[in-house]
Amino acid sequence: MTDEQQENPRAGVSRRRLLGITGTGAAVGAATFAGGLGLGRATADDSVPQGGSRTYPFYGGHQSGVVTPAQDRLHFAAFDVTATTREDLITLLQAWTLAAAEMTQGRPAQADETSYDAPPADTGEADGLPASGLTLTFGFGPSLFRDAQGKDRFGIAARQPKELARLPHFPADKLDPSRSDGDLCVQACADDPQVAVHAIRNLSRIAFGSAEIRWAQLGFGRTSSTSTSQATPRNLFGFKDGTANLKAENAGDLDQHVWVARGDDPRAEWMTGGSYLVARRINMHLETWDRTSLREQEAIVGRDRPQGAPLSGGTEFTEPDFAAKGRGNEPLISATSHVQLAHPTRNGGAKMLRRGYNFTDGNDALGRLDAGLFFLAYVRRPSTQYIPMQNRLAQHDGMMEYLQHTGSALFAVPPGARAGGYVGEVLFT
Amino acid sequence: MSRRTSSVILTALLASTALAACTSNEPAGNAGDQGKLSVTSDAKTCELSAKEAPSGNLVFNVTNKGSQVTEFYLLGEDGLRIVGEVENIAPGLSRDLVLKAAPGKYFTACKPGMVGKGIRSAFTVTDSGNDTELTGDDKALAQTAGSQYGSYVKDQTEQLLTKTQSFVSLYKAGKDDQARALYADARRHWERIEPVAESFGDLDPKMDLREADLEPGQTWTGWHRIEKDLWPPKTGYTALTPAQRATVADQLLTDTRTLSSRTRTTTHTPDKMANGSKELMDEVATGKVTGEEEIWSHTDLWDFQANVDGARVAFEDLRPILKKKDKALDTSIATKFTALQKLLDQHKKGDGFVLYNELTPAQVKELSSGVNALSEPLSKLTAAVTL
Ligand SMILES: [Cu+2]
Repeated sequence: MTDEQQENPRAGVSRRRLLGITGTGAAVGAATFAGGLGLGRATADDSVPQGGSRTYPFYGGHQSGVVTPAQDRLHFAAFDVTATTREDLITLLQAWTLAAAEMTQGRPAQADETSYDAPPADTGEADGLPASGLTLTFGFGPSLFRDAQGKDRFGIAARQPKELARLPHFPADKLDPSRSDGDLCVQACADDPQVAVHAIRNLSRIAFGSAEIRWAQLGFGRTSSTSTSQATPRNLFGFKDGTANLKAENAGDLDQHVWVARGDDPRAEWMTGGSYLVARRINMHLETWDRTSLREQEAIVGRDRPQGAPLSGGTEFTEPDFAAKGRGNEPLISATSHVQLAHPTRNGGAKMLRRGYNFTDGNDALGRLDAGLFFLAYVRRPSTQYIPMQNRLAQHDGMMEYLQHTGSALFAVPPGARAGGYVGEVLFT
Repeated sequence: MSRRTSSVILTALLASTALAACTSNEPAGNAGDQGKLSVTSDAKTCELSAKEAPSGNLVFNVTNKGSQVTEFYLLGEDGLRIVGEVENIAPGLSRDLVLKAAPGKYFTACKPGMVGKGIRSAFTVTDSGNDTELTGDDKALAQTAGSQYGSYVKDQTEQLLTKTQSFVSLYKAGKDDQARALYADARRHWERIEPVAESFGDLDPKMDLREADLEPGQTWTGWHRIEKDLWPPKTGYTALTPAQRATVADQLLTDTRTLSSRTRTTTHTPDKMANGSKELMDEVATGKVTGEEEIWSHTDLWDFQANVDGARVAFEDLRPILKKKDKALDTSIATKFTALQKLLDQHKKGDGFVLYNELTPAQVKELSSGVNALSEPLSKLTAAVTL
């Protein structure tokens, strides 16, 4: 199963009217499961659906929202589980699954009719809005398996993946504990911010009593393309970001770098078809960056700003030539440039599927924008694909002068839920 | 400490282009359409959209259509004097050369492969009546500025070395009160010339790394290691033994000696000085005004003042050039230095300053605003003195 989009049969039908039409959402949810084509068979016509009515299936072999063409907006939330029993945790995941399957198809979170004297089942702010390509992606943090004292919280500690450990301290990290870690996460991506926020809000509401939001992050613009049919967007430094990103069209790359395979971790076979999500809140010192000459900006990035071509020449998608020399026999692309340090050839061939978003959360006490990149990356093995690279970047990347990592988390993203099942079910059975 | 490895790139890059005009993608303000020219360079040709242009600001948009790295020059009538140049234009890329040209005869040259005399054509700048003082006569001014700044760097490294010697012997002898009293005073000589020190990429991390910048397993040395030992956290800290103290102290002294001898042979060009001045204010903005540099001693305002001192000296040395090129910018920067100094003076106490943690949030914000007000015009200094 893939993230093949489907024509929404009810394009243009508002959620408000649907509320009256569908007594139960289950049958409709199953119907949308129908037609997953293999990724390799996606054609130019259907790989990136247009318009707000597009939907992605919730159920399938992989969760949506990983290789799905990156939507424009994000609302991400990490949760602390307050429930203390395995049963309560499972109940929460089941309820979330049902609501997610509904909302991703452009329907209310809960379709139950409610009395005039009861609060409405759905919070209502997405009434009248189409699905807007909403995907909801769920993950489990290390602390879900063991608490700070190492105690097995829900009888799942024996199945904790070896890759699922708190990320280490990287040089220059200035992490805010209240923007880091978490037992569970939900990544809501959509082309309409109101739809993404509506989804997190309703999932949070459903969770009351079992889990509560630990931290959340809004992202207002995607900084990566995850499909060859998408143009590469720009980050807040004004440069194209994620040019060399893994793309959904390269199924071989995805199997090699993104999806956990059977046998990767014998004690966590339940992760087969899943992935690991690295989340980093990276503040950018925009004010000092904006005072930096274009010469230095381009030297730091290793690409030109207008088109994103490597400084060794060509166009955006030309492979950088790190051996190319310029005046004085100095390399055209500096050894401390971002493009070189992050390049797979400098990282043992490691690649990531990046899915980050630009964010701004108002300003700091000094009147500077509290803004940057909310970095999201899906990898098969954080220990080889992210951690060594980040250590190198933090030490040598000229861009670090303008960056400060303020939040950090790692989550295990289980495979997709089967229709009739729930997300993460494989961990509990 | 900064994590500015980038200045290493920059110094390498700029050292070879001391005469370079600024290259930019923003066309200069008063270049009319006639002042905008396009240049296409390939293996055999160097085509310009026009053979002449009116005096004033000119923008040459150079596109490399060849397969080798190319360069573009505007040369004086003698074919030798470089009025402006852009280097390292890789195949497929384009870059702007922005400069101010006086009426007269010139040559343009593309240099595919970066060798030889290049592909030359005659080029004429007609008199537009715009005020354009001749450029290219600035060598003498640049040399004076560079040697003045070189003397400053020499003086600062000598004082740094002397005070570091006293500081480490006090520290090794366990005379902590006296060592603490000398800490900020000694460090200010370092902070004044930090961009120069940073240009030796290996020394800065050894001498000025903050604890937060460490990688797991990395050995922590330098000023801030000693800072933490002299102002230890109340709990959870194990003081260094006399032997450990000696190791850290001797290392710092050795590194300071290396720094001092290396700076003897450093040359200071206007672009490096101007960038250094701006970088010092960036240091203030990201490290000192937030109190992150001296988290144990809270002597951030000493560093703040030292960074401002260093930035100001570089600026003062460049003023004769800047006054010729951009009077308004000169006035603006000078005014803002004075305003920022006034803000800092409010926090003076004895020979030094109040501690960072004694400042109110409003006072920190006021200092930060002063830094921003100065840094914005200061960021235009490099382009102005090299145009
Ligand atoms: Cu520093």
